[in-house]
Amino acid sequence: MTASTGAAEAIGGMQENLRPSGGRGRGRGPGRVLFYVVLILLGLVFILPLLWMISTSFKTASDAVSQPLGWIPTPFTSEAYKPLASTTSQTPVILWFLNSLAAATINTVLILITASMAAYAFARMNFPGKKFLFGLIVGTIFIPGFILLIPNFLIVSDLGWLDSLWAIAIPSAGGAFGVFFLRQIFLSLPREIEEAAWLDGANQFQIFLRIVLPLVRPGLATLAVLSFLTNWNDLIWPVYVLFSPNKFTLPPGLSILQGAYSINYPVVMAGAVVASVPVIILFIFAQRHVIASVARSGLKG
Amino acid sequence: MSTAARPAAARRAGDGPVVTTNRPIRRAGRATPYLFLAPFLVLFLAFMVIPAVYGIWISLHDYNYLLPGKPWVGLDNYTTLFDSTSRDAEPFWKSMRATGIFTVISVPFLLVVPLGVALLLNRAFPGRTFFRAVFFTPYVLGVAVVGVLFRFMLEPTIGVVNYYLGLLHLPQPAWTTSMPWAWISLVGMTVWWTLGFNAIIYLAGLQDISADLYEAAEVDGANKWQQFRYITLPGLRPVLLFVLTVTILASANMFGQSYLVTQGGPANETRTAIMYIAQTGLREFRQGAAAAMGYILAVALILISLLNFRLFRTDEGES
Repeated sequence: MTASTGAAEAIGGMQENLRPSGGRGRGRGPGRVLFYVVLILLGLVFILPLLWMISTSFKTASDAVSQPLGWIPTPFTSEAYKPLASTTSQTPVILWFLNSLAAATINTVLILITASMAAYAFARMNFPGKKFLFGLIVGTIFIPGFILLIPNFLIVSDLGWLDSLWAIAIPSAGGAFGVFFLRQIFLSLPREIEEAAWLDGANQFQIFLRIVLPLVRPGLATLAVLSFLTNWNDLIWPVYVLFSPNKFTLPPGLSILQGAYSINYPVVMAGAVVASVPVIILFIFAQRHVIASVARSGLKG
Repeated sequence: MSTAARPAAARRAGDGPVVTTNRPIRRAGRATPYLFLAPFLVLFLAFMVIPAVYGIWISLHDYNYLLPGKPWVGLDNYTTLFDSTSRDAEPFWKSMRATGIFTVISVPFLLVVPLGVALLLNRAFPGRTFFRAVFFTPYVLGVAVVGVLFRFMLEPTIGVVNYYLGLLHLPQPAWTTSMPWAWISLVGMTVWWTLGFNAIIYLAGLQDISADLYEAAEVDGANKWQQFRYITLPGLRPVLLFVLTVTILASANMFGQSYLVTQGGPANETRTAIMYIAQTGLREFRQGAAAAMGYILAVALILISLLNFRLFRTDEGES
């Protein structure tokens, strides 16, 4: 995923109810059995590699490669996780984890604040230059991320952010996705509540903060999850703007780990598990929102 | 201000009709909208607008991060790419070819396989939400995790894939270091990684097709294939165009899979355009040349996208 595209544009409703399509899938008997066989086999294709990653991470280096290969680690050991905790090695995975966490959190908070304010202005206010500005922002949706790679490297260098977490946390917050996403949600809110608050003497900022934002909490949560995932998983940008092992985030780190432990696969897999756990947890909790926002993206046309 | 101030507040609303629900709330101070916009605009200008323009400027100079002078060279960075004797021409076009090959092989699979999965999921059965989440999970993981995992599984001697192929007495190819296996590996892992994303978009499209159409077709005696051909596919047309466009762009942006799994090998055969651009601009610090390459790739992508829209539109006219 590139920083600017995010998980595609997501529009509108946060809820999505699956319905069975009429006239399909009412088979019984052999058709039904075949359906489940196909489904379960396919499900295994998606689950088994992840189980292999987890299983290997609890093996010894020799058990991981000695045939016959087994799915149950024998002996079961967490040895592979120990080197990850060192902060002084050339592969301090624990530091990468904390770096990723800090960068993705700052990036997400920054996007939530700046995008929600800008989106509210576009959704609810009239001002000279509104059309032009919105058009400009729409236009950047079509700029491929790789065009920005080289100039942004130089800009970040001028700012003194090379080899620092700011380079990971800040620039991608300039992307247009959050503004679109939230503007659409603000537009779907009834205006009456804001009108009433205005008449009660609240100013624009109070209305925004105390009335509007609480109403769009699910939308903010979805944007937060999408932003966090995008930042957490980004590879190409941190590969080129971070240089010191202790400054890495997890994705470029994993590529180093792969080289450093080229014959000790459990350590590499343990690193991959560590990089996966937070996003899997996040996905379990926000699954419905994430999937709904992706699902919407194709329907706007 | 209390509720008693209501009429005054309403009057202060100013020029237009007092309270109209279809208009933006425009009673705030003149500066207010800009204050709301300012934080985002600073980031947007600094990391979107300025770099987009700055990139063009860089591409017109012999820009090298490590050298003091950055002389104006006009279009040299572009024309040199079309001079086969130049330093970058051969490797750059080879990398463009790699991106093209990957896009051409991967896009059909990324269009068709997720559609099959979406059709499976588009029926009522217990555990549907669970399976939907299972198919989507790899996408959440990101390319780095998927990359190191597949490199391990595809390792020729100790990898689990060749282990099971061996048990079945099937050939055990060098998945990541020989042709055409390297492409098969990269396409396969990409399908595994991103299938859920396209499948979810298809599924939403399928849900959008009216059930009445299928019922009417069934009454008319249409079989499953006919229903798929004459109801499902036409109903999915806008979604298909969206998925096609997004997928082509994603494939043309391919970086992580090659970077982690094949390292561009064998013999730079799988080194994609993005890899070569990043290598030139951010490892060799020849930013001018790299920026020019980026714009050439972008122009290629724009042409392909336009072609897409055209093809789909003509199609629509015919049917």
